[in-house]
Amino acid sequence: MQLTLWTYEGPPHVGAMRVATAMRGVHYVLHAPQGDTYADLLFTMIERRGERPPVTYTTFQARDLGGDTAQLFKDAARDAYARFQPQALLVGASCTAELIQDDPGGLAAALQLPVPVIPLELPAYQKKENWGASETFYQLVRTLAVKPATPRVKGPQPRCNLLGPTALGFHHRDDLREITQLLVQLGIAINVIAPWSTTPADLARLADADFNVVLYPEIAQTAAAWLTRSFGQPATKTIPIGVQGTREFIAEVVELAGLEANAAGPQDAASRSPWYARSVDSTYLTGKRVFVFGDATHAIAAARVASREFGFQVVGLGSYSREFGRELRAAAAGYGLEALITDDYLEVEAAITAAAPELVLGTQMERHIAKRLGLPCAVISAPMHVQDFPARHAPQMGFEGANVLFDTWVHPLMMGLEEHLLSMFRGDFEFHEDAAPSHLGRAAAPASSAPIELPATSPAAWTADAEQELRKIPFFVRAKARRNTEAFALSRSLPLITLETLYDAKAHFSK
Amino acid sequence: MSPVIPIQADAGCNSAPVLRERGQREVFCGLTGIIWLHRKMQDAFFLVVGSRTCAHLIQSAAGVMIFAEPRFATAILDERDLAGLADAQEELDRVVQRLLERRPDIRLLFLVGSCPSEVIKLDLSRAAGRLNQRFSPRVRVLNYSGSGIETTFTQGEDACLAALVPELPAAPARAVAELLVVGTLADVVEDQFRRLFEAMGLRRVTFFPSRSSTALPAVGPSTRLLLAQPFLGDTAKALEARGARRVPAPFPLGAEGSAAWLLAAALAMGVDATAAEKAIAPARQRAMQALAPHRATLAGKQVFFFPDSQLEIPLARFLARELGMRLTEVGTPYLHRQHLAEELALLPAGTALSEGQDVERQLDRCRAAQPDLVVCGLGLANPLEAEGLTTKWAIELVFTPIQGFEQAGDLAGLFTRPLRRRQLLAA
Repeated sequence: MQLTLWTYEGPPHVGAMRVATAMRGVHYVLHAPQGDTYADLLFTMIERRGERPPVTYTTFQARDLGGDTAQLFKDAARDAYARFQPQALLVGASCTAELIQDDPGGLAAALQLPVPVIPLELPAYQKKENWGASETFYQLVRTLAVKPATPRVKGPQPRCNLLGPTALGFHHRDDLREITQLLVQLGIAINVIAPWSTTPADLARLADADFNVVLYPEIAQTAAAWLTRSFGQPATKTIPIGVQGTREFIAEVVELAGLEANAAGPQDAASRSPWYARSVDSTYLTGKRVFVFGDATHAIAAARVASREFGFQVVGLGSYSREFGRELRAAAAGYGLEALITDDYLEVEAAITAAAPELVLGTQMERHIAKRLGLPCAVISAPMHVQDFPARHAPQMGFEGANVLFDTWVHPLMMGLEEHLLSMFRGDFEFHEDAAPSHLGRAAAPASSAPIELPATSPAAWTADAEQELRKIPFFVRAKARRNTEAFALSRSLPLITLETLYDAKAHFSK
Repeated sequence: MSPVIPIQADAGCNSAPVLRERGQREVFCGLTGIIWLHRKMQDAFFLVVGSRTCAHLIQSAAGVMIFAEPRFATAILDERDLAGLADAQEELDRVVQRLLERRPDIRLLFLVGSCPSEVIKLDLSRAAGRLNQRFSPRVRVLNYSGSGIETTFTQGEDACLAALVPELPAAPARAVAELLVVGTLADVVEDQFRRLFEAMGLRRVTFFPSRSSTALPAVGPSTRLLLAQPFLGDTAKALEARGARRVPAPFPLGAEGSAAWLLAAALAMGVDATAAEKAIAPARQRAMQALAPHRATLAGKQVFFFPDSQLEIPLARFLARELGMRLTEVGTPYLHRQHLAEELALLPAGTALSEGQDVERQLDRCRAAQPDLVVCGLGLANPLEAEGLTTKWAIELVFTPIQGFEQAGDLAGLFTRPLRRRQLLAA
């Protein structure tokens, strides 16, 4: 039993719903108690879909448990087929139905429906949402992809499949548009995009491509590996997030497609992010301490962009994707860090507090943690709330994605110029933390002359002039300066913090 | 029944046929009740014993509230718990121990059963008894089921309050009659009612649930029970078993409903009817004034209710009688004939009532009727909007203060807003 307040991922059947909802022409019959339909509103509200997810629930109740739940399931499956006429039917059980052991696969097979019926085994007490999506996609591909009788003859134009985008995915809609554009500009034809907007009939044509582009390994890696084994289709490994990631992705795709390495393709001139990061206003971003948490794909990519493209210092890297622990540990080692792999947000909160970052890149939960700690934060990964399904085009991938990342991550920080002005005019009579906004037309209340309160555990007392000097430090870094100075005094067993100590500490920590 | 509202024996829907349906139900389970119950009971904690699905549901329903140090959580069952029951009980003890160490301010802990815990027959009442011995007197531990297989949405509150009834102190045998108002009301609404009761001359009024678990109201044969919510079947039964007698009344929605509800209480408590009416007259007048502009928008419009909270019938009564709306179909997850008798009598004769749901068939009926306004859950609202229908999402009616005179205008506003919006955007 695990005490949980917040869960980063839903149960595995929600993952299956994400795949079914992304597709066209499939229907999912879910053996589930009354109430599990709550998951519908994730799609209709958070993603604002104008249609119900293609899911029929048996919604059994206590009085049904006597033994006719199997009949209930058969009726629901038969009715769902008659009403929705899908090309393929997914059947499975939610956590409660898993316990009553009705075998949806066997029951649905007995109905002898004229379409493929794909039973999903999603162990709800071991696995979670992303695993459920991955397994569902894999089962669909395995069942529906047709192995060609003869090996495929390569056409004049290289062809690929684009795998991974689902419903309720973090900016999947816009990533898809960005990457499709990029591949088309490279002269590569897109064979099938799946599971987004694809039909079972489309999945049958998967073999008719030279290689696969895996956008989201959490969802598509298992299916892509099967396609490599079964059809000999290689798959991409690079995630096109950030300018460098996108360039490497292009190089990988060009090689897989057998194109000329220097072929006229998409130019990163369109990306303003590298110039913005070089422009002098961004100098203040140098070495900003950043904590990164999210799904493995987005967390690893974000850490790389943060350190190599924006010049931040990564002080924490973690993920809730246990399936990708190895990749994550390898990435974290590159920053001299130990990866934090957990799905307990209290652990994440503790790690963030300990790392004392200046920026948090994370999920919806980290946004709230950061708010509580008074830290700037940007969302880089699911789970997210309704505001991360924006109306505007906002990819994370490709060159436009890099522009979006720059804006999204830098905005919560104090912009360089602003920070500079604040420190230049610190102590100015109308420019201190107690001053009321000047546009309100009120005289500022005089700054409190009360002495700064010292924590009871403070190791050393402050002299009056040191205290005075401390007050001249901009208020948003003052607490840190105080902490550092006190730690410094403690480490040297100084009983009194003087002006000298303050500046000795500053010199010590500025290394 | 209050003499204020004349009821003809031949009118209303008391003997009307009800369409009973079984099939897919697009409704919440009782766990959702935790979201508002924990706001009301300020020293209580709700620990769901369930699966990741349960945790995910509460998280989805609670939205951003989950981060304001909420007083609810889920003990997620895993494989090891499913292997053997003895182990699960020990695990539960460990989780509760950890929880109470983290939250020493908690005085009342509810172990809330879910579908998985009910199906594996994890005995939560035994667990509650054991934990009670261990943590008494600092913390009281109770249990109830909020599972989807047993409860629908607001029935979770019913199950919770029914579990709390045995904890209420006994009222002295020959005590003066006391009025017990039952059902979670927003604090602002509760305060308004308290003032109105006082103005009518009713001084011995208590509310259940109370804001603190250490100040629970007493119950006994002298208790007059006034339901503030229509979904409290089991709670009322448990209170009646302890001697309380129910005051029949419609529910306090709208000017008419609120007046009838207050006057029914006055009558039951032996207060002079004229004086009581006089006491509530100014507020009632204000409510009617607030309703008038909404009536202009809503009169003659057709409304269709999907089942959700059991509030549908009182709401339909309010919309039909006070705002002139026409009722296409009024769906309710469960119809408690006795508690809703006064409401049914006030519904226009011939109203189509349905109990339970087969959501696909109900959607067919809704599409065929093309009502002006559809009251439904969030899973259906956007899809129906996309089809061109105007909707009002039902959950808001449970989370928003809607009872009483001062809220009558706000309540009507919840229904006019989507229509006004559609008009604005079309222009």
